[in-house]
Amino acid sequence: MPSARSLSRSRLIWPLIALGCLLLFNVFFTPNFFHIEVKEGHLYGNLIDIIKNAAPIMLLAIGLTLVIATKGIDISVGSVVAISAGTVAILLGGDLGGVPRFPVALALIGAVLASTAAGVWNGILVSRIGLQPIIATLILFVAGRGIAMVLTNAMVIWIYVKPFAIFGQGYWLGLPFSIYMVAGLLLLTWLVTRRTAIGLFIESVGINPTAARFSGISAKNILLGVYVFSGFCAGLSGLVVCSTVMSADGNNAGNLYELDAILAVVLGGTSLNGGKFYLLGSMIGALIIQTLTTTIYAFNVAPEISQVVKAFVVYGVSLLQSERFRRRIAGMFVRERAPA
Amino acid sequence: MPGEAPVLEMRKISKVFPGVRALSGVDFRLFRGEVHAVMGQNGAGKSTLVKVLTGVHEHDAGEILLEGKPIRPDSPFAAQKLGISTVYQEVNLCPNLSVAENMFIGRQPMRFGSIHWKEMNRRAEEALRRLNIVIDVTQVLSSYSIAIQQMVAIARVLDVSSKILILDEPTSSLDETEVERLFGLIRTLRDRGLAILFITHFLDQTYRISDRITVLKDGLFCGEYETAELPKLELIAKMLGKELSEFSYATEQAGKKKEAAAAGAEAPVLRVRQLGLRGSIAPFDLDLSKGEILGLAGLLGSGRTEMAKLIFGIDSANQGDIEVQGKKASIGSPRAAMMAGMGFCSEDRKNEGVLGELTVRENIILALQARMGGLKFIPLKKQLEIADKLINSLKIKTPSAENAALQLSGGNLQKVMLARWLATHPAILILDEPTRGIDVGAKVEIMELILNLSRQGMGVIFISSEFEEVVRCSDRVAVLKDHAKVGELSGPEVDENNIMRTIAEGR
Repeated sequence: MPSARSLSRSRLIWPLIALGCLLLFNVFFTPNFFHIEVKEGHLYGNLIDIIKNAAPIMLLAIGLTLVIATKGIDISVGSVVAISAGTVAILLGGDLGGVPRFPVALALIGAVLASTAAGVWNGILVSRIGLQPIIATLILFVAGRGIAMVLTNAMVIWIYVKPFAIFGQGYWLGLPFSIYMVAGLLLLTWLVTRRTAIGLFIESVGINPTAARFSGISAKNILLGVYVFSGFCAGLSGLVVCSTVMSADGNNAGNLYELDAILAVVLGGTSLNGGKFYLLGSMIGALIIQTLTTTIYAFNVAPEISQVVKAFVVYGVSLLQSERFRRRIAGMFVRERAPA
Repeated sequence: MPGEAPVLEMRKISKVFPGVRALSGVDFRLFRGEVHAVMGQNGAGKSTLVKVLTGVHEHDAGEILLEGKPIRPDSPFAAQKLGISTVYQEVNLCPNLSVAENMFIGRQPMRFGSIHWKEMNRRAEEALRRLNIVIDVTQVLSSYSIAIQQMVAIARVLDVSSKILILDEPTSSLDETEVERLFGLIRTLRDRGLAILFITHFLDQTYRISDRITVLKDGLFCGEYETAELPKLELIAKMLGKELSEFSYATEQAGKKKEAAAAGAEAPVLRVRQLGLRGSIAPFDLDLSKGEILGLAGLLGSGRTEMAKLIFGIDSANQGDIEVQGKKASIGSPRAAMMAGMGFCSEDRKNEGVLGELTVRENIILALQARMGGLKFIPLKKQLEIADKLINSLKIKTPSAENAALQLSGGNLQKVMLARWLATHPAILILDEPTRGIDVGAKVEIMELILNLSRQGMGVIFISSEFEEVVRCSDRVAVLKDHAKVGELSGPEVDENNIMRTIAEGR
């Protein structure tokens, strides 16, 4: 009830503060950072770009939040993005005239199904075979790119089907279409985990799978479910990635996205040790990462040190998340006044 | 001994946790060459006192003097460096490391910049031999019984030089010979001048080993006594804060109930035929009637837990049948057992029971929710209603239903586990050592609760290593030995002597 909600709110405060600091920095140091203008009925500006560019990571982070809550990890999501992109590309076909080989809807469903199947594979390895999650998903991390290459015949397939551009480039009611995908998936996930007991089961399995099993929870099915869902999310993410550049590149689509997505989840307050999870936190985490990238670009940081700057900020945000660190810092200031 | 200056003196120690005053103004003195028992109910503050002393918690007020000098350990490591060593109630070692690694973790003997394995194993073996334990120290710890693991933990801290040895429930998972062996060791150490703080719930053990007793109640200091001058009943009364007559009443009630139930046998809720699992427990038959309490008695490692786990589907049997409420049930998982109407409280609360990071409410409704399925969400209001009702009826001490379960003491965690299953209204409830590691007061409460449940028609399988408890509660007792059921006692036959005779003569 109230306290449960206020608890999750207080968990969100630290990622929010980090995001706020980043934005505040830009208020002072980056001219026009907050400038938003209306062009052809669409909103344009850095802030809009940040959300738009963060969308693929946000979609991945939603799935990964649940996986990480079970004390698991899914490092195959970047490769599954490539599988999704490759699948949709071959189903739409590289016809220059823009005539799709199969109906667009069918291509979309095909890509998401292929990605979900990848999730089923991961889920079976983890929940039924009992492989450690990082090893289980390492298989698809490597093999997934191979599958994507086979799908695209090791070539970059260009897509000329205009309607498909909506996922990565389209606008609706003035805002990028991908934002609505994120919002939709987030809402759906929130409803399914928090308006049912599935969220509680996921957390129980993450905290202690044995105790969860002894309480009558089917831990195996929960595990299977989160990996399948992670695959599904990666499929949606793949559509956005593919649509943004209107091409599928088995080698580069979604490359290293898994790391950003994991980072987003962790920055958002969900522990890699499993247990309590924070979907909104993960979204804020993804925004922090993207804001940082955009800031570094806007600030013209030399590319050779931009990664270092990024690392420092990430380090700082992670420290901020640590209760022990915060207490120690607070202790420096209040020790003298502490009551005996 | 009193007369000289105490090696350790704690004065007016206070510690407050959110919503709970764990210690207020507690005094404690420990002398060289004595075994000093700290006694008290759940939440009396025993564990908190130890944790303050060992640097796990920092006290809010008061002072600690070690050999006359004030100390304020801020971590277990700091306490250890001061010469305060602890062995905790639950084994706090790494089950996947070898015995030797566990004993030398953090202080491995080194040679040429790498671990000197031979030396480490040799020293581990030697340290264990001094405790009369001869085992292969290169094996992983988890391949040994909890009893051996506990002894490794003790050997580990004994191997580090210490002025004060704190034993927090060291005997709760040891059998009688092991306890005697440990006591022998404790006496030797005491005679060598070590100051030993001993916490246990076994009254007999307190009287066997301790020189003095400090009693705590609800975080308050009740008094310090010479063991020889404090009669057992008086001690119990002080710990409970009850009048003596009340306490004996509860025990009497238990006796009466037993007679009543023995008179009218009812329809069986559980019928087990030739259920067995190779390497775990030999095939056995078991019947449980409605409203009956069936005790499982046997020594440590006799197969009591294995039997319970087989019935509840945690382990899969390779032969035999189970019938629940007259219907043949295929129990392949705890989930299936729960759906058939069973509940099971594991003896290992920490690893197999309570989910510490979840709230008390979430812990309580977990099994009920699992039974209803993930999609049929119990509305929060209803959840709170169920949780509050059980918190009240089981007298679970928690500031609110929304507190994280890990803040509760052992006895209260046990009640949370009970509450979890009571919420599902099971026909059969299996309780594996529900009174282990909890104090006398909570024991009485839990046993009364079990009797109440059986009166309401629940079939209860009750496992305890204390025969006295089994005898007091059970209508019938199945006796186990060496992973097999060797006999059954019912009605007037149920007494401690008969159990021991059955164990001695069985097979």
